[in-house]
Amino acid sequence: MQTFEELISAFEDAKRDPTFWAEYLRLVGSYSGRPTPLTFASSLTRHFAGAQIYVKREDLNHTGSHKANNVLGQGLLVQRMGKRRVIAETGAGQHGVATATMAAKFGFECTIYMGEVDVLRQRSNVFWMQRLGATVVPVRDGSRTLKDAINEAFRDWVTNMDSTHYVLGTACGPHPFPEMVRYFQSIIGQEARAQILEQTGKLPRRVYACVGGGSNALGIFNGFLDDSTELVGAEAGGAGLETGRHAARLASSDASVGVAQGYKTYFLQTPDGQMRETHSVAAGLDYVGVSPILAQLKESGRVRFEAATDREVVDALALTAKKEGLIPALESAHAFAQAFKEVASLPSTDTVIINQSGRGDKDIFTVADAFDDGEWKEFIRNKARGYGA
Amino acid sequence: MTHIVIGYPSFRESWALARGMVEAGVDLMELQIPFSEPMADGPVILAANQKALEAGASVPKCLEFARELAAQVPIPLLFMTYYNIPFKYGLARFAADAKSAGVAGAIVPDLPPEEAPEYLTAMRAQGLDPVLLLAPNTPDERMRSIAEQGSGLLYCVARKGVTGAKTDFSGDLGAYLGRARRASALPLAVGFGLKQSADVDFVRGKADVAVVGSESLRVLNESGLRAACDFIRSLTGAAPSSGH
Repeated sequence: MQTFEELISAFEDAKRDPTFWAEYLRLVGSYSGRPTPLTFASSLTRHFAGAQIYVKREDLNHTGSHKANNVLGQGLLVQRMGKRRVIAETGAGQHGVATATMAAKFGFECTIYMGEVDVLRQRSNVFWMQRLGATVVPVRDGSRTLKDAINEAFRDWVTNMDSTHYVLGTACGPHPFPEMVRYFQSIIGQEARAQILEQTGKLPRRVYACVGGGSNALGIFNGFLDDSTELVGAEAGGAGLETGRHAARLASSDASVGVAQGYKTYFLQTPDGQMRETHSVAAGLDYVGVSPILAQLKESGRVRFEAATDREVVDALALTAKKEGLIPALESAHAFAQAFKEVASLPSTDTVIINQSGRGDKDIFTVADAFDDGEWKEFIRNKARGYGA
Repeated sequence: MTHIVIGYPSFRESWALARGMVEAGVDLMELQIPFSEPMADGPVILAANQKALEAGASVPKCLEFARELAAQVPIPLLFMTYYNIPFKYGLARFAADAKSAGVAGAIVPDLPPEEAPEYLTAMRAQGLDPVLLLAPNTPDERMRSIAEQGSGLLYCVARKGVTGAKTDFSGDLGAYLGRARRASALPLAVGFGLKQSADVDFVRGKADVAVVGSESLRVLNESGLRAACDFIRSLTGAAPSSGH
């Protein structure tokens, strides 16, 4: 509790300090390439012959995803609190790489907790975290994915709270994390709203974002909450909602309200309250809970939640790469997939924004498997032979 | 006080362990209803939670286990679990069923009392003790407020961190327990990291209940039921029963 109070007070002080946001903008501008562009997707627009499609390019952040926005902001808070060590959980590895990068830049000691399953499917991110000087701890408990990494990070934090800040990567967990993560990610929506007005002279009809924990979605949605723009969250439909093998907390009726990992929200859980296994082709969406702020926005009807299946997501990635030369992360491809189901039925006078929260080249092993790419497999076989396998 | 995870390694074996601990002179026992995300627990109890769930430890089966045990042992029993379990079961229903099973109260480590009015009300309505927790960095004023809301005993977490890791039984801990003693008239229990007689001896005089949790499960895992009970007996000083 004392640690939460210290963090709450540091966050509140920072928000009141007008120089803090200016310092944050300087940092993300000089180090992470902000503002990121809003790109008109002309070929996709022609392909679907419906609404004009714009893409918010969070993939162009340093380290390749929106995670940098939150991590760099929390890094400034860590400096203000005078701590020297940061820890983080990671699912897909993007938040881990972003945190390790921030720690390297600020000179913090860094430990990243990552489920063993995710370590196996995102080895390249593990490699980079280690090169950046972080210690990566594979978590072998439970389902060995993101939720278990979060548990282990909390265990570290309660043990080492005096020296350590927990850089939680998404808008979940106990107060002040959901609000704090939304605060730093709101830069996405601020920019996107100004950019679409500048480029088209009007607000978009819809904004699409993928929803794992919910940080990129809240970041872009936050810019449009007071507008008439419809906000659409795309969750992981996995093998299909009807199979039960998915991670759709708000788009399915399979989740119920619970209290775990320090917060109350919709969880995919059994009637007894035990967390269930989730499934998604995208490690970053493979999580049992969802931001309590998004749960409120669902209940108030402000955000509509849908689910895209693994198959739809891989198809959306393939189409986006061919038509636009953009490779969305598998996570972000959920937002593309959902938009692709809907844009053709909108008039060409409407615009939509899709948040490309991250770039997909990190997913090469998973994507190559999904495409069942024979030449890639041959390359891996040769590589393995080269290592004496 | 000792700790078992209901259904670990199996219902039959956790039953035998609980009975053996009572024979070994334990005066109070925590029965953990397993949860998939036991955030306050270290590796030993965490693994036990997972195994118990795999072995089918549903909440109704855990309540039934407690009812049968309470009917057969002369010591008070406490449930220990995480908040989502009573929350999903229904707070009033959980308290009523815990009462009818014959337990004395419950420890819920992930629930700060400020966020728990409904839980506290449901427990008190059944005459059950909501056992609340203190940590070494809890300020005096908050200790007093927690103590006012809890009952039965106050659980003093001996150090920052999770169950099962090493605790330094030294002067700082004594000062912390002194602060807890001044904050409350409730009996004080001390847990997290007690592994040997010397640790129990350190607690004696400074608190009222020594809690041994992970260590007896570790001995059980390594050397079996009889060794776990012998370990408990080495702490309580009870005479070996004729059955051994």
